Amino acid sequence: MVLKAFFPTCCVSADSGLLVGRWVPEHSSAVVLAVLHFPFIPVQVKQLLAQVRQASQVGVAVLGTWCHCRQEPEESLGRFLEGLGAVFPHEPWLQLCRERGGTFWSCEVTHQQAPAAPSAPGEDQVMLIFYDQRQVLLSQLHPPTVLPDRQAGATPASTGGLAAVFDTVARSEVLFRSDRFDEGPVRLSHWQSEGVEASILAELARRASGPVCLLLASLLSLVSAVGACRVFKLWPLSFVGSKLSTCEQLRHRLEHLTLIFSMRKAENSAQLMRKVNMLASVLLDVALGLTLLSWLHGRSRIGHLADALVPVADHVAEELQHLLQWLMGAPAGLKMNRALDQVLGRFFLYHIHLWISYIHLMSPFVEHILWHVGLSACLGLTVALSLLSDIIALLTFHIYCFYVYGARWGAALGRPWAWGPADARRAGPSPQLFIGTLLFTILLFLLPTTALYYLVFTLLRLLVVAVQGLIHLLVDLINSLPLYSLGLRLCRPYRLAAGVKFRVLQHEAGRPLRLLMQINPLPYSRVMHTYRLPSCGCHPKDSWGALCRKLFFGELIYPWRQRGDKQD
Amino acid sequence: MVTRLPEAGLERAGRLGPAIAVERRAVRCGRPSGGVMEDERSFSDICGGRLALQRRYYSPSCREFCLSCPRLSLRSLTAVTCTVWLAAYGLFTLCENSMILSAAIFITLLGLLGYLHFVKIDQETLLIIDSLGIQMTSSYASGKESTTFIEMDKVKDIVINEAIYMQKVIYYLCILLKDPVEPHGISQVVPVFQSAKPRLDCLIEVYRSCQEILAHQKATSTSP
Repeated sequence: MVLKAFFPTCCVSADSGLLVGRWVPEHSSAVVLAVLHFPFIPVQVKQLLAQVRQASQVGVAVLGTWCHCRQEPEESLGRFLEGLGAVFPHEPWLQLCRERGGTFWSCEVTHQQAPAAPSAPGEDQVMLIFYDQRQVLLSQLHPPTVLPDRQAGATPASTGGLAAVFDTVARSEVLFRSDRFDEGPVRLSHWQSEGVEASILAELARRASGPVCLLLASLLSLVSAVGACRVFKLWPLSFVGSKLSTCEQLRHRLEHLTLIFSMRKAENSAQLMRKVNMLASVLLDVALGLTLLSWLHGRSRIGHLADALVPVADHVAEELQHLLQWLMGAPAGLKMNRALDQVLGRFFLYHIHLWISYIHLMSPFVEHILWHVGLSACLGLTVALSLLSDIIALLTFHIYCFYVYGARWGAALGRPWAWGPADARRAGPSPQLFIGTLLFTILLFLLPTTALYYLVFTLLRLLVVAVQGLIHLLVDLINSLPLYSLGLRLCRPYRLAAGVKFRVLQHEAGRPLRLLMQINPLPYSRVMHTYRLPSCGCHPKDSWGALCRKLFFGELIYPWRQRGDKQD
Repeated sequence: MVTRLPEAGLERAGRLGPAIAVERRAVRCGRPSGGVMEDERSFSDICGGRLALQRRYYSPSCREFCLSCPRLSLRSLTAVTCTVWLAAYGLFTLCENSMILSAAIFITLLGLLGYLHFVKIDQETLLIIDSLGIQMTSSYASGKESTTFIEMDKVKDIVINEAIYMQKVIYYLCILLKDPVEPHGISQVVPVFQSAKPRLDCLIEVYRSCQEILAHQKATSTSP
């Protein structure tokens, strides 16, 4: 198998020394983590490596020597470097050499024992793969490979070679803690040797997060305690609370906030990402809500809206009355049953009259109501949108009533279809049969009239459902968008890795093959799919097919959630 | 066990002296005969367009095949632009609204940019590295590159398969991936050179080279 030497790009210009890293025998790869410079005391080096092995559970060892000098190494240096192989025994022993200021790289591999199946001499080859240590350390492979074995040096053979490389670098953070300004016994070269990376803001945030989380968690537990108290479990409030989408959205947000400010630390990176995504979603929500609030309250827009509301309602009522007049006549040339037509038409006209009176009653209070509803936008745009959706449902309640009447009537007429001639034959000739047949015939001839009314009101209902659906779609989008992950993918693409890609560097005859390994970032669609937040179940449950089926058979389409329909 | 050492290795072993008298097998990589061998040949795709296959042999364990598709022709671009603008002008004479003309220009520009960035593939490359994996790169006309890398552990085999494409039956090269659950099963078939669609003669060239490397890989792999 070709021997692969993973070499960090930060050590390419480092001075001569020892190669410190991990050897993965299953994939025949040597992952170089750092370069240890001369002068050193072998005992101290061995102590340091033992400490690192203990702390990180990675089988770190001295893999070979690194020589960075002006021209071909001199005899004495060559002998010295080979002698080191006896001090730090490792199988196989790597000897990397680079000419200063040139592109001459050479690599030798020495085996202490002859291998079990000796291939022809000169068959073994070495490949040098350069990797950016910082990017590989910070990145996260998707799908994440679970490595259950955490003993020193043990990697299950089923994981790919690259996952092992990423895992090795990620777990060896202990090795990268010291930089060249430290007064330690050994001098290492790695990605942090010019100075350990740290951010004042991150440190301050970490210190402050403890007490802030405690305070907010206690506040939130108070709010949930109030929400869970006995009063809300009584019948009218609990019924209303479970039907309104605003209450559902508020509950959802409360859950999110409780999770964000909980005192438990995130166990793995997926949970941490989820927490940060939730926080970003809440912040976006509140920001958009405050923008809406400032827009609404500026330049007396609420007044304009309130003034426009009542005429619009009047206009809608008038149009509905015209529609009913048209149905009571001969709609589209169809001949309707006069009596039933008049009854149904008058019944629905009376309903509209009631609704218009109710709107006119409410008209002085509309502006105040809108003002207070606008205030709810500071809790978040999603809350304001849910409130809007609930108001639409309440205002178009009359259409819902018409639709329900039409559906129930249609179902009542449909039932005789089930009790048909077959049952009559089984029952035998009887007075019940005569009455049943008569009823059936009458209802059959009344069906077109009721079907027409049902059709018209169902279309209106569908319009309202469509508008509500759009609003809920928008709410869902804001709820489930993983903003932090998308931002990370945009600004730091190496953090979310779908894989790696290789580029062949300039190759000369007789030299080892050199490759540059770069991170292949995750595509945006996979970022959305992996990190999207679970949405609450306020949107219409039915898919389009189920909706059509319900419409055809006259089942009711409820404007709110049904009990037992809760989506995780 | 005494193994035959190459000349340089023997010399070095002697210099170290009797203190370190360990049996060694020194190996040097990169034979002098190796180097970057490049050659370019011209093939045709299933529709008769010209394709250029560039082969680079970096080393016995690393080979690259680069297939260049025909570029965007000026003729088709002019034809599409003229059609769109004539249609827009026709609408303009009907509606007398100059927004239609600006909208047509906007649509043409956006459409061209979108086509170059998302649809038109200029070059497809297959890089096969022994004991590391197989990498497929597609370069779009706008410079965007999309890369997929498959590790050698997951690759079962590379084969030439037949498929029904529109009204034709074509040959295509594909990589078979191992099924982690069933040892003799195939979990996925990944087609290569999907947008270039070369003919069988080109595919056979690539297939032969890939099989040489895969055979070598299977012979020297440590796991069964």
